[in-house]
Amino acid sequence: MKPEAKNNATINALKAALPYTFPVLVGYIVLGIAFGVILTGRGFAWWLAPVMGLFIYAGSLQFVAVELLASAFNPLNAFIMALTVNIRHLFYGISMLEKFRDTGKEKPYLVFSLTDETFSLLCSVTPPENVERNRFYFFISALNQAYWVLGCTLGAIGGSFLNQDTSGFDFVMTALFIVILVEQWEQTHFHLPVLLGIFISIGSLLIFGPQNFIVPAMAGILSAMALFRGKIEEGFRS
Amino acid sequence: MTQRQILITILVLSLATILTRVLPFLLFPDHKRPPEFIQYLGKVLPFPVIGMLVVYCFRNVTFTSSPFGVPELAGLVYVVFVHRWKHNLPLSIVGGVAFYVFLSRVVF
Repeated sequence: MKPEAKNNATINALKAALPYTFPVLVGYIVLGIAFGVILTGRGFAWWLAPVMGLFIYAGSLQFVAVELLASAFNPLNAFIMALTVNIRHLFYGISMLEKFRDTGKEKPYLVFSLTDETFSLLCSVTPPENVERNRFYFFISALNQAYWVLGCTLGAIGGSFLNQDTSGFDFVMTALFIVILVEQWEQTHFHLPVLLGIFISIGSLLIFGPQNFIVPAMAGILSAMALFRGKIEEGFRS
Repeated sequence: MTQRQILITILVLSLATILTRVLPFLLFPDHKRPPEFIQYLGKVLPFPVIGMLVVYCFRNVTFTSSPFGVPELAGLVYVVFVHRWKHNLPLSIVGGVAFYVFLSRVVF
């Protein structure tokens, strides 16, 4: 490919990806600012915010990390904490095995940057025709991380100055997940998997509480998917 | 913690997070077809997982005392109905947030 054509393909992919990421733009800036404000409020240097946004890049873990950094040095505890908070990523990876197959040089970054929000966008979007698939996925992922790092940095630098009351605006993430749920719902007439997911998660939340419900919910979902496999595969075929 | 210890802790958190994201791809690389059950999970999991994420967003809402999760549930209902009706992403999301912020700040 001529360098010019290559540039055009890249710009096309970026342009195509941009509109899909707008909800994440709003959500990540708001949450990122909240994170930066909390981090510097605990007395940490502002530049730790972009460093964490770049290298950890996991929203809920970064909030937990502020507490970890403020307590005694214990790397093993930090490691276990990160695994527990982020264990749900395993499901995202399994779901993306097929989609990320043969994504070539983009693949390492696509895997590294698979957050809740990026996962749910990549689940639901299909690249427009004449847009290169791998670059389209890459830009969705990279734009999302750029918003997150920007938000974290703004919060850390702007601190209390930017700390307007943003409570409620984080509903943008909830709204995004609901929209994706609705679109999945309309894709198929067979709703057993999503209903199982919702009710098992609610059940687990009621039993184990907000701090500990994810792991049992994942175990429950896995068992249910195994148990009803015959029925589910039949449902998807029809 | 010293600055060095802080950076080590961040590195550990980064590596553990990367591990949770990379593990499925390490176990089932491109050139190896995953076992049938894993392929099945790859197809079916996006559905229950999005359901789980929605529940995850509501995990800290208290339904047993005022305002009984009314702003959150009303926001949920708004997004579901407006999206099914218009299929317009900005209207569903920006409208949903505005509706939720209004309810949670002004009404309740």
